[in-house]
Amino acid sequence: MSTLEVQGLAKAFGGVQAVDGVSFALAEGELLAMIGPNGAGKSTCFNMLNGQLRPDEGSIRFRGRELAGLAPRRVWRLGIGRTFQITATFASMTVLENVQMGLISHRRGFSGLLGRAGALYREEAAALLARVGMTEQAERACGVLAYGDLKRVELAVALSNDPGLLLMDEPTAGMAPAERVELMGLTAAIVRERGIAVLFTEHDMDVVFAHADRIIVLNRGALVAQGSPAEVRDDARVREIYLGSAAAGAGAS
Amino acid sequence: MILVQFLTGLASAASLFLVAAGLSIIFGVTRIVNFAHGSFYMLGAYIAYSLVQRLGGGPLGFWGAVLLAALAVGAIGVVVEVLVLRRIYRAPELFQLLATFGVVLVVQDLSQWIWGPEDLLGPRAPGLDGAVQIFGEYLPEYDLALIALSPLVLGGLWLLFHRTRWGTLVRAATQDREMVAALGVNQAWLFTSVFFLGAFLAGLGGAAQLPKGGADLLIDLNIIAAAFVVVVVGGMGSITGAFLAAVLIGELNAFGILVFPEITLVLMFLVMAVVLVIRPWGLMGKPETPGHARAGPAEPLLAPAGRHHRWAWLALLAVLLVLPAVAGDFTLVLAMEILIAALFAYSLHFIMGPGGMVSFGHAAYFGLGAYGAALLVHHLAVPMELALVAGPVLAGFGALLFGWFCVRLSGVYFAMLTLAFAQITWSVAFQWYGFTGGDDGLLGVWPAEWASARAAYYYLVLVLTAGGILFLRGTIFARFGYAIRAGRDSPLRADAIGIDVQRHQWMAFALAGILAGLAGALYAFSKGSVFPDELSIPRSVDALVMVLLGGVQTLSGPLFGAAAFTWLQDTISRLEFWRLILGITIIVLVVLFPQGLGGVFRQVEERLRGGAAEAERAP
Repeated sequence: MSTLEVQGLAKAFGGVQAVDGVSFALAEGELLAMIGPNGAGKSTCFNMLNGQLRPDEGSIRFRGRELAGLAPRRVWRLGIGRTFQITATFASMTVLENVQMGLISHRRGFSGLLGRAGALYREEAAALLARVGMTEQAERACGVLAYGDLKRVELAVALSNDPGLLLMDEPTAGMAPAERVELMGLTAAIVRERGIAVLFTEHDMDVVFAHADRIIVLNRGALVAQGSPAEVRDDARVREIYLGSAAAGAGAS
Repeated sequence: MILVQFLTGLASAASLFLVAAGLSIIFGVTRIVNFAHGSFYMLGAYIAYSLVQRLGGGPLGFWGAVLLAALAVGAIGVVVEVLVLRRIYRAPELFQLLATFGVVLVVQDLSQWIWGPEDLLGPRAPGLDGAVQIFGEYLPEYDLALIALSPLVLGGLWLLFHRTRWGTLVRAATQDREMVAALGVNQAWLFTSVFFLGAFLAGLGGAAQLPKGGADLLIDLNIIAAAFVVVVVGGMGSITGAFLAAVLIGELNAFGILVFPEITLVLMFLVMAVVLVIRPWGLMGKPETPGHARAGPAEPLLAPAGRHHRWAWLALLAVLLVLPAVAGDFTLVLAMEILIAALFAYSLHFIMGPGGMVSFGHAAYFGLGAYGAALLVHHLAVPMELALVAGPVLAGFGALLFGWFCVRLSGVYFAMLTLAFAQITWSVAFQWYGFTGGDDGLLGVWPAEWASARAAYYYLVLVLTAGGILFLRGTIFARFGYAIRAGRDSPLRADAIGIDVQRHQWMAFALAGILAGLAGALYAFSKGSVFPDELSIPRSVDALVMVLLGGVQTLSGPLFGAAAFTWLQDTISRLEFWRLILGITIIVLVVLFPQGLGGVFRQVEERLRGGAAEAERAP
């Protein structure tokens, strides 16, 4: 049974077909990496999944429910967590409050005019922060954190609605190589223990091949290959895309 | 008949287009919304009037006066740019708007000093003082000259921007300021020259409409509100858009006035509403490019009051409670004004600080509250208690209606739209003589028997304002308050965790409107009357200055600001040139203390405590 099923997804900007009939599926608890050169349509694809863009065609089903065209906040309500390529957190709130926000949104909503929101779900938020290793920074303002720490906060926030699926747009972008491996290792451990499926885009091939269960490759808006890391590594078309036809030809001869 | 009316509309569009085009060009390059643009327009009219008298009413004298007036206003624009704006290009938008409003106040008092308070009737244009007959209807000949003016200026601007090196630079700077600076262009010179052109156009608009409309001291704010509507409808930064929108608004006025004079404003509102729903960035505008970091210091954490602060507030409350026993009438009246101003400022701060929405028309809801209460007392003789509920309810409905459109925009667009709505409400109160009493206001709005003693009404004001402020403060720390702060901090993240940002902003806007309405209703009963002034732009700006004075980033700041400002205004409003003094005070404050008094207090407090925790704040 697939957690996410994408069928014939397409989007054009002006005359440019950014994504052209992409289909793939994501099994429960699976880590799927989406790779491809710049301009391959990864971001467009991603933004259609998370609700930022409305697809021209195609369907996106999460646990059987259609997502295409839903606003990001509705996508989240269905149980999909999300991290941004450039982190987005609430700078005027503490790390703990940022996670509390996710929990409040998931469990009660924000229409209350009375009572102290800061007192809600503190333990749960602290537990999530402990899991991502941010306990010591819980009371600091998000506006003053180092970038790598912000990525961890985002991960904790993304987990706050008990998601069945995490969408991570370049989760390690802007980080030092050692930090990247550490963060992706942490992410992989958490999602495996909770059975969360993950779709992530990534430029760092070390990260991709170390953690992905499966890889899909996009080029010029179309899906050109998919399979296990080993299969993708050996795929001739993938080599051609990444190394250029001359290099592929040279390798063959 | 229809043709003549159409031509009249085109003629009235001319000066509107000139002002809006100047506003648009200045904004495009400097990113400053120049509030003082209406003042440039007014100065154009006044200076042209004086020059015609000096040069004589012949063709050369008249047209020479118009041109010289425009050039003089351009020069004044340069002075303003060099003295004030150049110092605050990097300040947050709010401060820039406020500084230019300081210029508005200064120009108002100087104009009154030079030209006197009476309306001046414009001279007739020589050779164009007759009327032409079109299908049996008469059209003033001068209207034809005005009709020709807009396309001439539009064409001239097009040539200037597309055929000269300077124009190319201006277009480039409009697209990417940093890039132009990086290419080694002298930015200071470019900005000053753009300001000259913008002010010149406004001055030309004011001078050119002199034979039609004359000159008076109200035209500055009237034209700026209309120009904001034109810019919002046409799209910020687009001159063609400004032209189309000016023609649209001009025609609406021309035809609306045939149907029902009061309806022209409603029509303007409807057109703006339709355009904004279909094209939120205006007819020819482009969406604001997001991603640019907000100017100004990072938002600090908000924490509930500590023990020391709580004691300080309780002590203040105790003082306020015993005040009637120890203070005279004069102090009591001032204290009431301060309390009402504090609630008004606090309600504005609620949407501005935690909500991140800078409203330039918050007086609309203050005034709706005041008028709602006063109208009920005046027409239906309802008791005070009911009127004090009905006023805020009316203000709340007004805020729901206007807010629905406003929250679709952000930044300067939001500010301009709130101002335009406030000016529309003001015009309705000002013009609808039969219902609102127009300029004469509504009198005889006195408190109920039990609250008629000054001390009794003071306690009522104290309870309701303190209650309102505590309620809003509580809301900031409740879930709702966290949600609107989330929407301010990061709309992207807020959306991604399921928060409907626009909806929460809308509700916050309405809530602030209700409490501003409560302040307005209390104000009406404390004065015994209401006037259109309660809805006017200066009243909106009063609240902004209070918040700014106290500091946007602190929760108690607006209260200090309200006290300081109300006391200051009470003291200087007895002086002859109080607007001048106030205007200069605002400008100086903006240039010197971009964090406000509250921010200064907090810095001092932090420094006293050693500020170790904050010292590690990342750049």
